Amino acid sequence: MLDNKDKIFNNLYGFEPWNLVNAKLRGDWDNTKDILLKGREKITEEVISSGLRGRGGAGFSTGVKWTFMPKEPTGKTHYLVVNADESEPGTCKDREILRNEPHKLLEGCVIACAAMGAQVCYIYIRGEFINERHVLESALKEAYDDGLVGKNACGSGLDIEIFIHHGAGAYICGEETALLESLEGKKGMPRLKPPFPAAAGLYGCPTTVNNVESIAVVPTILRRGSSWFSGIGKENNTGTKIFCISGHVNKPCNVEEEMGIPLKDLIEKHAGGVIGGWDNLLAVIPGGSSVPMIPKEICDEVLMDFDSLQAVKSGLGTAAVIVMDKSTDLIKAISRISYFYKHESCGQCTPCREGTGWLWEMMEKMAKGEAKKEDIDTLLSLTKRIEGHTICALGDAAAWPIQGLIRHFRHHIEDRIDQYQKESNENYG
Amino acid sequence: MTVRRLADNQDINFKFDNQDLKFLNSLLENYPEDKKQSAVVPSLFYAQRKAGGWLPEKAILAVSDFLDMPKIRVLEIATFYSMFNLQPSGDHFVQVCGTTPCWLRGAENIKKACKDYIGQEREVSKDGICWIEVECLGACVNAPMIQINDDYYEDLDYERTVKILKDIKNKKNIIKGSQIGRKSSEPLERD
Repeated sequence: MLDNKDKIFNNLYGFEPWNLVNAKLRGDWDNTKDILLKGREKITEEVISSGLRGRGGAGFSTGVKWTFMPKEPTGKTHYLVVNADESEPGTCKDREILRNEPHKLLEGCVIACAAMGAQVCYIYIRGEFINERHVLESALKEAYDDGLVGKNACGSGLDIEIFIHHGAGAYICGEETALLESLEGKKGMPRLKPPFPAAAGLYGCPTTVNNVESIAVVPTILRRGSSWFSGIGKENNTGTKIFCISGHVNKPCNVEEEMGIPLKDLIEKHAGGVIGGWDNLLAVIPGGSSVPMIPKEICDEVLMDFDSLQAVKSGLGTAAVIVMDKSTDLIKAISRISYFYKHESCGQCTPCREGTGWLWEMMEKMAKGEAKKEDIDTLLSLTKRIEGHTICALGDAAAWPIQGLIRHFRHHIEDRIDQYQKESNENYG
Repeated sequence: MTVRRLADNQDINFKFDNQDLKFLNSLLENYPEDKKQSAVVPSLFYAQRKAGGWLPEKAILAVSDFLDMPKIRVLEIATFYSMFNLQPSGDHFVQVCGTTPCWLRGAENIKKACKDYIGQEREVSKDGICWIEVECLGACVNAPMIQINDDYYEDLDYERTVKILKDIKNKKNIIKGSQIGRKSSEPLERD
């Protein structure tokens, strides 16, 4: 288990005030000038060697991503955009950072801007987080008033501006290029890549988009050293991570733990265990609604990190652990996720716009059992026709939960179909 | 995708006054001078508040005038983003999260409480309350939960939801956030 002294987010739950005075007591903004004066290469090197992988889901090296930005001034503004459009079902970690640790995020923005030669940072926060946005705005004002942000930020000689922008309820804007479109005042429809944002992002200028948690851990990494961070967790899956444990557990919660913690420990030590005990567990969705579920046999042993979960054909995603006990109607649970993707498809690519609706309709039939067993293969084939055939990963995200269900619980769907057949025979036979 | 259309009844006046324009101009300071369009979502959001929680066509037009954007560009934003209400939504707009993490913890009971104490989904009750089911609001470890206007109400069940709705009707103060005494998302022993 993670030692208290190794926790980054000491005010994750908001037991102390978020304001600048208290944030400074917790160690935020402590001599940020020295960090900034290390220069972009040293800062980036340190973040690369810490092994920090993006906390928004994809798990790409944060430091390496920063190196994609132009090394020399291009005559254009270079942007950092922080993705605070947290909407992946199961995920509610960034919300706590925004409202309880806003100064960690803001300090991270200043450092990240310095590391990639960006002059302007936008924080794009989801529209529903209205109170969280007000906290962040107040924290930003404090930081400006204290000279930490703005002209000559922290006395470093660098001019770094931070602005807060909000969305208005569209899951797709969590996709980085859709987010940029939205920030430009358009519908949130993902862009074709290339060009990648580092070449042509916001307003056609070099841009890097990072998740809130990825940016908020950066100041602590630079203060305590990359070897401290890389010493926590496992090789290639280093550091601490905020896990969101929801669903059928006795004490649902957010908790910061080390990467690679066994899923069973995470649930039993922090979330009060599965309702009815570990043996009452049916399945877990380990990384937000987009990743395939894993059955109890895998949950018994699996470790919570990018590589371990990929090895069991799932993923760490946003580390949102959705626990389902034996009372769960798994087919309905996944059907509700299918409805979510149908609702949130932006409509740009035909396979996703049409396919997510078909998936949902077929899942509703499966949930009733009103189908033939061959239909399960048709459904599986439909997911394969959507997956990989769209501009962004929303199509994949709609396909994977169903693939996970069929992979591990095909017999549940078949039993449901048998039962429906039996009942209708009794009614009409 | 969902089909979203403007309300049939557009019988309402809407115009930005000087104070509104002052606020809207302050929004523009967040973006480069030639990128006014970036302010379209925050501007519509502001207009929606001014209009009483929904976007009549005149409000959409006022934003398009203010930002020098073609009407269709603003209209497509208003219909694309789900937080823009195209129909009147009452004084107390209740959004019930129904996505899987909330569903697992009994979101159906919350919907039932809304049906029992407010009425049909999307219809504004005589007390000015309106409810709809929405997709994940990002408070999953505090499930099930609802949002009423700006605020989240978390860790609900049928009875707690009914109590909140009754308190709204009776104009009583309601505690925001967790309804079982949690500060935020810390683990808490419960019965």
